[in-house]
Amino acid sequence: MNPRFRQCGDSAVLVELDGVEEVLALYDALAADPPNGVTDLLPAARTLLVRFERPAQREAVQSAILRARPAYGGRAAGGEVVVPVVYDGADLADVAALTGLSEREVVEAHTGTAWTVAFSGFAPGFGYLVGGDPRLAVPRRTESRVRVPAGAVALAAGFSAVYPRESPGGWQLIGRAEITVWDLAADPPALLRPGMRVRFAEAGATGANPAAPGTTRGTNPGATGAARPAEAGRG
Amino acid sequence: MAEIRWLEVLVTGPMTTVQDLGRPGRGDLGVGRSGAADRGALRLANRLLANPEGAAGLEVTMGGLQVRAHGHLLVALSGAPCPATVTDAAGRTRGAGHHAVECLPDGATLRLGVPRHGLRTYLAVRGGLDVPAVLGSRATDIMAGVGPERPAPGSVLPVGPPPEMYPVVELAPVPTPHPGEPVLDILPGPRDDWFAPEALRTLCAEPYEVTVDSNRVGMRLRGPRLERLREGELPPEGMVPGALQVPPSGQPTLFLADHPVTGGYPVIAVVRTRDVDRAAQARPGQRIRFRLSRPERR
Repeated sequence: MNPRFRQCGDSAVLVELDGVEEVLALYDALAADPPNGVTDLLPAARTLLVRFERPAQREAVQSAILRARPAYGGRAAGGEVVVPVVYDGADLADVAALTGLSEREVVEAHTGTAWTVAFSGFAPGFGYLVGGDPRLAVPRRTESRVRVPAGAVALAAGFSAVYPRESPGGWQLIGRAEITVWDLAADPPALLRPGMRVRFAEAGATGANPAAPGTTRGTNPGATGAARPAEAGRG
Repeated sequence: MAEIRWLEVLVTGPMTTVQDLGRPGRGDLGVGRSGAADRGALRLANRLLANPEGAAGLEVTMGGLQVRAHGHLLVALSGAPCPATVTDAAGRTRGAGHHAVECLPDGATLRLGVPRHGLRTYLAVRGGLDVPAVLGSRATDIMAGVGPERPAPGSVLPVGPPPEMYPVVELAPVPTPHPGEPVLDILPGPRDDWFAPEALRTLCAEPYEVTVDSNRVGMRLRGPRLERLREGELPPEGMVPGALQVPPSGQPTLFLADHPVTGGYPVIAVVRTRDVDRAAQARPGQRIRFRLSRPERR
């Protein structure tokens, strides 16, 4: 690991790393044993933002980051979530055209491999998922939508995501999740948190789970142990 | 059993929210810190009342708030100074001071006018506003849509039990927001290398106007265009309050308390923490200046 420091004001440092795995490994190490004065750790695609209380703590925080022992693979304990999806998104045909796959092949690619939540952003509970089928790397739409419904399953720039709430959005919509991913009444309110593995399953698909629509849909995912594993690895 | 006390909201003015010092450490859920836009002002009002610094109070944008006390309350105003009066239950009216401990007897009404300069006034109550916390905080995050219900006429804001400590001063003689062109210190980075070499000088050469397209999320600024050197998109990365994010238009946005957790446009420089509070008091139409500041000594 070769962390590079970029100054980000007087109370934060942006740590540049080589990729998502390194970001999560350093995030885990620092979350498990936060350096003195650190208030926020914010993992992103290639960076970890570390915020601290006072400008004078910069040097000590940076030394602690250099001393940290990255915890590779520790996030596997983050658990796995199965997200049932109805694949009828408005951009499914466009995604098929962009990737050269048929619509059916897009669905199979999206459900075929497990994704990992790399980080959150854009909106509460909006997890950026990485590690899926590389053929699904499509750009954002040229024009963004004013309203994307809650639960929309989308692709853009190599990521996949489930829109937690109705919001504007520029990603390609391929389906809708039959599960709530942001619920303030649940603890924690976000279903998809950094490090968790996510597997998409076609809702009602034969063989996957005969009773899928009835048992996996829920307004309160916190009620189902499988969908909401115990909090693990948070500092 | 303690006396039950609350504030009744009569009129909110253009925008009033409940704020404390926010919810740090929830970025993994995609939730930012939020909290008072002028953190120093809320802290000061709370200290005047011997509250914990992070007790919840009201953030009042452009004045206009009217509240009635139910039970005997001690309050303090801070931030943007505005004309304020207290009318007691018998109808007698007197002026109320700024940065001062004021009594609101049972039934009294506190009325705020429009601030002469500055944008955000804070009203703290001894005991703090005891509305239900959301994700561990009573801050209202307008970007994330997380926080207590927005106060409206008729809202009841319960007041918590008074702290054990008593106020020790009645008045804090501190400067109020700058009426002219405030100068804000910035530190370059984290992405100043995405810009033309002269962009930082351009940023500091002329004032930028705060546009009406400004709120607790950030202030859109209008001024000299900052030229990019590198095109293309930046993978999303963490943002901080005070960040000067530059979209393709070349006109910077200065992020405030409710900024997005991550952003995809490069940040050329970040306003120093102590100056972010002053930035939050700049009104639309006002002009602000930036000054390059040296990093801390090693």
